[in-house]
Amino acid sequence: MTALLEAQDLTAGYGAAPVLHDIDLAVPAQKIVAVLGANGAGKTTLLRTLSGLIRPTRGRVLLDGADLRATRVEQMVHRGIAHVPEGRGVVTELTVDENLRLGGLWRRDKADTKRALDEVYELFEPLARRRRSPGHQLSGGERQMLALGRALVGRPRLLLLDEPSLGLAPRVTAQIMALLRTLRDDTGLTVLLVEQNVRSALSVADEGVVMSLGRIAARSDAATLRADDELRHAYLGF
Amino acid sequence: MDRFVFLTFDGLSRGAVYAAFALALVLIWRAARIVNFAQGAMAVATAYAGYSVSAATGSYWLGFAVAIAGGLLLGAAVERVVMRFVDQSSPLNGVVVALGLVLVIQAVLGMIYGNEYRPAAAPFSRDAFEIGGIALLSRFDLYVFAAVASVVVLLVLLFTRTAVGLRMRAAAFAPDVSRLLGVHVGGMLTLGWALAAAVGSLAAMLVLPTELGLHPTAMDIVFVSSFTAAVVGGLDSPVGAVIGGLLVGLLLSYVSGYLGATVAPMAVLILLVVVLLGRPGGLFAKSAARTA
Repeated sequence: MTALLEAQDLTAGYGAAPVLHDIDLAVPAQKIVAVLGANGAGKTTLLRTLSGLIRPTRGRVLLDGADLRATRVEQMVHRGIAHVPEGRGVVTELTVDENLRLGGLWRRDKADTKRALDEVYELFEPLARRRRSPGHQLSGGERQMLALGRALVGRPRLLLLDEPSLGLAPRVTAQIMALLRTLRDDTGLTVLLVEQNVRSALSVADEGVVMSLGRIAARSDAATLRADDELRHAYLGF
Repeated sequence: MDRFVFLTFDGLSRGAVYAAFALALVLIWRAARIVNFAQGAMAVATAYAGYSVSAATGSYWLGFAVAIAGGLLLGAAVERVVMRFVDQSSPLNGVVVALGLVLVIQAVLGMIYGNEYRPAAAPFSRDAFEIGGIALLSRFDLYVFAAVASVVVLLVLLFTRTAVGLRMRAAAFAPDVSRLLGVHVGGMLTLGWALAAAVGSLAAMLVLPTELGLHPTAMDIVFVSSFTAAVVGGLDSPVGAVIGGLLVGLLLSYVSGYLGATVAPMAVLILLVVVLLGRPGGLFAKSAARTA
């Protein structure tokens, strides 16, 4: 399987202290890969490094084989990478519609951007009813829909999704996971999913990567991870 | 009654200038979380440039255009050359650098133009029309209202109807998220400073003909009143800046007119204290966001 995204020997962190150590990772195209691990394992730092918010001190990130080291974070969306950060990243001072339009401002194809916007409103009906509501008036579930929808307006090839279940009811989390599966199957979207809710993530993922203390401790297909009692007890806590 | 009407129009005219200047402060606060204490000095510098061109060419409007363009350039330069490199870990750092800029700009202006007042001509008559025996507004007052209203409308259109305005707002509120969405946050910040400085330059060109004239420190008092207006309205609220400006203008006019000009600065400070005690975020501060 061809890897859409690859991290090779990636070391990165904040200031002088590295958080990630020698990460090698391949995310196959049109698959959902879950990154699992305890708090402080480096999952969020990994996503921030892959999307360019943090510059690696060593190693490189490749998208379709092209080195992204020289690509500025603002250019990542042009390469097809959408990053929905932890906490969802909704601009709470802007309305729902403004947040969604923001997701497509960089695109030249305005007609398709408009189509994508309409599709997002169809996909997330609650957002359509609250187009003019400011982000700070939305519930946690609505904010997650908005963050996801805003990423989809850019028609990404790769979605980096950080803790989408955080603070959400199990029913809403299940809906979001089902949506990821649909997007993968229907649009060929590739997803790198950082998630503490291991059961939920493995229910939708094709592969799983377990991180511990900034290193990759294990990787396997999701079914194997679910069945590996020793690994689950050691790293995933269930 | 005649006096009250006159003072009201006079206060609104002056308040319109404070509103424009407060708007400039709010623009930078929203973009960079810095109160630009150098705004007055920067505005005076561009007004000097404008009036120099006017004196050389005999055209007020050419000088006016130079002052506004100078504001755009100076604002962009201050952001790109100075403010971008200020350590943002403490909000005081930006304030200290801005105060340093005030000293530098005023010293340089003093060296170039001297420290005596120079006349600043008005493009229209400042003699008030009389309607029913009551002196109301002058042509210059109408010009001030029209200029400030135009700027407010243009800024509202820019921020609410254009992609650049949406990018600027997003960059100000959520820089990291905006970068992930392809917004060049640094460029938006530069544009914000440029626009704010141009609005400040406009305010200077509108207020200096009504003051003693051009002087390196000529905008200091205007800055104090406008800063009060911005805080009263809420530093995050452009609407608050405009209404705060008009409120401060009216207050100064009434207090000067009825109690004497020497009491006016105290009235502004009392207004500031009352608002800060009652509503610290300003009259138009937004309510807190929901958390779930």
